[in-house]
Amino acid sequence: METIAFLIPVALALGALGLLGFVWSVKSGQYDDPDGAAHRILVDVDDDCPLP
Amino acid sequence: MTDVPADMPETGCPAGLAPPTRSAHSADLSAFVRVKDGLHKLDLSIRGAKCGGCIAKIETAVRALEGVTAVRVNLSNGTLSVTGNASLSANGVAATVAGLGYGVTARSTDTAESEHKKEERKLLVAMGVAGFATANIMLLSVSVWGGQTEMGEQTRTTFHALSGLIALPVVLFSGQHFFASALGALKHRSVNMDVPISLAILLAFGVSIWETVHGGTHAYFDACVMLLFFLLIGRFLDARLRRRAFAAAHELAAIRNRPVTRITGDRVEAVRSDEIEPGDRILVAQGEQVVIDIEVTGGGSEVDESLVTGESLPNYAAKGTKIYSGSVNLGDPLEGKALSTADDSLLADISALLESGEQRRSTYRRIADRAVSLYVPFVHTTAFLAFAGWLLLGAGVREATMIAASTLIITCPCALALAAPVAQMVAAGNLFRAGTFLKSGDALERISEIDYVVFDKTGTLTIGVPRWCPTKEAEGALMSAAQLARASRHPLSRALVSAAGPGILAKNVTEEPGSGLRASIAGVEHRLGSASWVGSDAETQHSGPALWYRQGDGPAIPFIFEDAVHVDAHRAIGKLQARGLGIEILSGDKEDAVFSMARRLGIERWKSAASPQDKAARLEDLAAEGRKVLMVGDGLNDAAALSLAHAALAPGGAIDVSQASADAVYSGGLSTVPHTLHVAAAAKHITLQNFGLAAAYNFIAVPIAVTGHVTPLIAAIAMSASSLIVTLNALRMQTGRAPKSNRNNESAMVDHATGAVA
Repeated sequence: METIAFLIPVALALGALGLLGFVWSVKSGQYDDPDGAAHRILVDVDDDCPLP
Repeated sequence: MTDVPADMPETGCPAGLAPPTRSAHSADLSAFVRVKDGLHKLDLSIRGAKCGGCIAKIETAVRALEGVTAVRVNLSNGTLSVTGNASLSANGVAATVAGLGYGVTARSTDTAESEHKKEERKLLVAMGVAGFATANIMLLSVSVWGGQTEMGEQTRTTFHALSGLIALPVVLFSGQHFFASALGALKHRSVNMDVPISLAILLAFGVSIWETVHGGTHAYFDACVMLLFFLLIGRFLDARLRRRAFAAAHELAAIRNRPVTRITGDRVEAVRSDEIEPGDRILVAQGEQVVIDIEVTGGGSEVDESLVTGESLPNYAAKGTKIYSGSVNLGDPLEGKALSTADDSLLADISALLESGEQRRSTYRRIADRAVSLYVPFVHTTAFLAFAGWLLLGAGVREATMIAASTLIITCPCALALAAPVAQMVAAGNLFRAGTFLKSGDALERISEIDYVVFDKTGTLTIGVPRWCPTKEAEGALMSAAQLARASRHPLSRALVSAAGPGILAKNVTEEPGSGLRASIAGVEHRLGSASWVGSDAETQHSGPALWYRQGDGPAIPFIFEDAVHVDAHRAIGKLQARGLGIEILSGDKEDAVFSMARRLGIERWKSAASPQDKAARLEDLAAEGRKVLMVGDGLNDAAALSLAHAALAPGGAIDVSQASADAVYSGGLSTVPHTLHVAAAAKHITLQNFGLAAAYNFIAVPIAVTGHVTPLIAAIAMSASSLIVTLNALRMQTGRAPKSNRNNESAMVDHATGAVA
């Protein structure tokens, strides 16, 4: 049972890491153009331009 | 300025999802470049970009321009953002994009747009946080449920306390959206959907804390955050659809963002339209759209007023003629005197009409709202009765509160909150693949209710540009007549040129505005124009427009033209009539043109020479008769009627204002109109089914909750199951009808391709 005291914080920390990643992706505008994002994968031209 | 012929096949969307926009853009956009931190930024609205090919085409072409450092096309709201250094040329960017066959207008960046974006991001983050908490609390809850008999009280209380620790910040953060809205409603002494939601969350959370502190067996922390998670999904989908509607409405402002060329003394400068005062001297260049009503003071030219009046052929404007905003100058530059400011121009009047129409439309009550108004009192009464009933039966306050809380949770409006947005999202995706761009969720509901369809003629039922009808005698003269026609921008000349294809241009062609063209080839005078211009008094049998051509003293040869009907107009009208809908044509064009069109399409009711006000009045009359009208139109003269109609559609080639006042913009032929009606009806059907499912679920769940048999486990299963069922039911629309929409899509593309030869 003592392992729980160790495992639960680890599980929560990992989950929180994922959440932070999600918040970052929202803040950096990755959900602003869902239609475009769906199509961009089909574009042959290399997209080396950062989001403005 | 580059002027790429717009009818070249390689312009516009490479997948054929939208027709190329014909524009000879000559406005000066340099006033719209913003400088921030040494970076020059430009935002443009783009029309006609629909697929990955469009993104690649536009971004590659613009990136190659001088001074550009970053380009980004946003397909969702149709914008192009360009960043560059001091040598960034706004006009160069606009000309490049226009040359590719896309419509382009300046876009003023105001704060409202970024407010919407912020709101959407906030909802998305709140949803992510609630999702994270749901997953983690569920991890703890499942072990509590699974270890019911073996788990010691201390471990269970620890798990509950941990769940509570995770839930507390989440309820405060993700729940604030609902709490704020519920408080706002209560302050106005009304009740909205968010009141029972907030009550359920707070009550369940409070009860759970009490239970945890006193070492009880049941805690509802998982139910609290799960409720928030599902509700936020519904809210987010709704916000996304609404932002689309907002982005489209934004275009309305864009048309007034066009710059105007003002002459002060001997200086010519491009200024924003709101800087113009009545009496200012204005220059309207060839191909430019008039933004402010003017009276011509110098020059003479053909003016295309089709956007204002709907008439398919241009009129000649000489000194003293009034030109209304929205008209396009086809010929030589015109000089004029501003008759009003931009705010008093015809364009602004129409905008005002539009706004009043939009306001009326915003009072529309959605099915979901009506369901909520039935649902809210029901839930409150049930929960209160359960509480009072158990107290009377001798249960303690703690137990009665617990049951009331579980009743509130189990009747959770998850399914109700997801029922409409999910169905509308799926329908919008379905329509998008078929070439229809839907702007709001409630538009779909309104479209599903219509029983009468009103069509505009020019540009909607017809292609909007005249086409030459080959006759035996004219065919031989086509090539030599085209030599003259290539020098002119008149629509009939353009039609002649597109029939003749590329070739030589005669030297020294002179154009007499309003009459015709003249050139001397090998000493012989050639004339192309009106009958009187070539010196003939013959008449054509044809009711449509005609051009006459004469070489020296030879016979005068007539070239006849007609505004071709869309290939699929017949089929589309037939399908609409089969649905039992009333159909009417409302056109600003001349009587004989409208009559022949109505007869050909089998439409009995029609009205010709209708002004924008006539059109609006006719729609008011129809609404007074109790008709639910769908208006389909493209011109500026239709804009007011579009906004007055119960629901409105505009073709992809329509001007910005019409697209903004319509509920949906379609491309790929008229056959998308019946398809849109079909999808709207299906979406309504699914939405009603979903509400039925949610009601049936409550019918079963409420007795269980009221009798006190609900545990957190049952609540969690019931909640997710009902949401899942509703979502899957909506997705049925996508999988079940996919082949049909695909076929429609293909036929739309074929129609588009053959449209050129129709």
